[in-house]
Amino acid sequence: MKELIEFINNNLQIVYIIILAIFVGIEVIKSIPAVLHTPLMSGANALSGVVIVGAILVMLHSDSTDYLALGLGFTAVVLGVLNVVGGFAVTNRMLKMFKKKK
Amino acid sequence: MSVILSIIYLIAAVTFIVGLKKLGHPDSAKSGNLIAAIGMGLAILGTIFIHDLQVPTIIYVLIGIAILLGTVIGWLIAIKVEMTKMPELVSLFNGFGGASATLIGIVEFGNSDIKTTSATIVATILSAIVIGAITFSGSLVAWGKLNGSVKSVIKIPSHNIINNIVIIVIIALSTYLVVLNIDSSILLYTILFAGLLYGVLFVLPIGGADMPVVISLLNSLTGIAAAITGVLYDNMVMLVGGILVGSAGIILTVAMCRAMNRTLFSVIFGSFTASAGPEGTNKALGSIKSTTASDSAIMMNYASNVIIVPGYGLAVAQAQHVIHELEELLTNKGVNVKYAIHPVAGRMPGHMNVLLAESNVDYGLLVEMDDINPQFSNADVVLVVGANDVVNPAAHNDPLSPIYGMPILDVENAKHIVVNKRSMKAGYAGIENELFYNAKTAMLFGDAKKVITDLVAEIKNM
Repeated sequence: MKELIEFINNNLQIVYIIILAIFVGIEVIKSIPAVLHTPLMSGANALSGVVIVGAILVMLHSDSTDYLALGLGFTAVVLGVLNVVGGFAVTNRMLKMFKKKK
Repeated sequence: MSVILSIIYLIAAVTFIVGLKKLGHPDSAKSGNLIAAIGMGLAILGTIFIHDLQVPTIIYVLIGIAILLGTVIGWLIAIKVEMTKMPELVSLFNGFGGASATLIGIVEFGNSDIKTTSATIVATILSAIVIGAITFSGSLVAWGKLNGSVKSVIKIPSHNIINNIVIIVIIALSTYLVVLNIDSSILLYTILFAGLLYGVLFVLPIGGADMPVVISLLNSLTGIAAAITGVLYDNMVMLVGGILVGSAGIILTVAMCRAMNRTLFSVIFGSFTASAGPEGTNKALGSIKSTTASDSAIMMNYASNVIIVPGYGLAVAQAQHVIHELEELLTNKGVNVKYAIHPVAGRMPGHMNVLLAESNVDYGLLVEMDDINPQFSNADVVLVVGANDVVNPAAHNDPLSPIYGMPILDVENAKHIVVNKRSMKAGYAGIENELFYNAKTAMLFGDAKKVITDLVAEIKNM
């Protein structure tokens, strides 16, 4: 418990960011027409691929002889990129269909 | 961390927020997606090139190969897949993100000297591993269920108790590891395995129309896993991006639940159960009247109001183009045609809109449930194409039905109902539909695309 309080104290900035980001997420998504639920879910899914940044950091910090870490990092990068590229591409394909017709 | 990288991350985080915001409006959605993608690209490039580490060339080469590989595969899957397969694809990609977070956690666990690392860090690593594992296995099961390779309703006896035991085991083992600072791979892999198991057990018994809710929830969890990894590296773009997806995902999940008149709690714990009605009881519902394409065509040709109810069957048969042809044909003959869109028609909210938009159906003709329901009593003919659970009156009048309480399209108020189905097989929720036995209902059996093509041909000849 003492350590948790210490952690919060040392990372107060992070705690603020988390709380504010939660509210931004809620506000941004509020009152979305049902038509856009699927593309929105798909877009949010692409964003969750931001974990790729962590995967790249793992590889950058790995020793070039640490094959286990490199292998896992490599797989993590591939999967993360799949999530990002596939996610954005699919969302774009869905949205392409919403042509404006008047 | 260099100032330039911090600024790049800041820009990326802003593009995520702006992108999500723009995704919420039909006119700006496309640019929103693009903006977020550019931000993501910047964050990725910045991470690779801006740092003061001594990195051997081979690692850059490996990162390059990994990114190229993922981009090519992801791109190909995304442009090749049929529109009907969209929901399971989102689930699959989401699972990959979760797996990525888990792998990062495993590497970090190996890298850090657990005995000296602070308990908070160890707890952070473990939660990334566990949440990532749950989303990975859960998303794969959801993917399998949606594409039909996993049987849609699997009942596990007292699954709630088993699930709770698994989650207690995960928490107990993690606490043990964190508090006592034990550096044990066996313990780590046990926790990892328990996480994977929980994901499977969590999604397996959930069925029917609840599937999109689960995908949305898992999507939100991936965001949280990304954010946790962000805390680990003190990385702002991961933190902000992850939390955004996490909280937006939860709101989206709740919105979907509300559309089905269910609570998140009942989706997770009171999963759909197929009513175990024996074959014999079907007879009690009455008899089925089947009709022909020419009879239905005549009926629609001389109607003044026709409402089309599209469902997943239409999507599977790829009948979205020919249904648009039918609608145009009827409109040209002076018939007032509309589409009734149930919030969860298809496999995901908005799925049907995406499909019909693909075949150039006018936005204005797609009417949402609350607006169309009062209009059914004025409709001369309702054409139900491959929809089942969303028009099942049991949701109104059978308290024992698993879908009781779910809002449905009140098609039974129309003067005539034509239902196109391939066979009398029960719908996705696996329950009987008394609408098909209604005296006003005529069944038009056959593949949706073929049947509607026949209808179009018949009407053209009139």
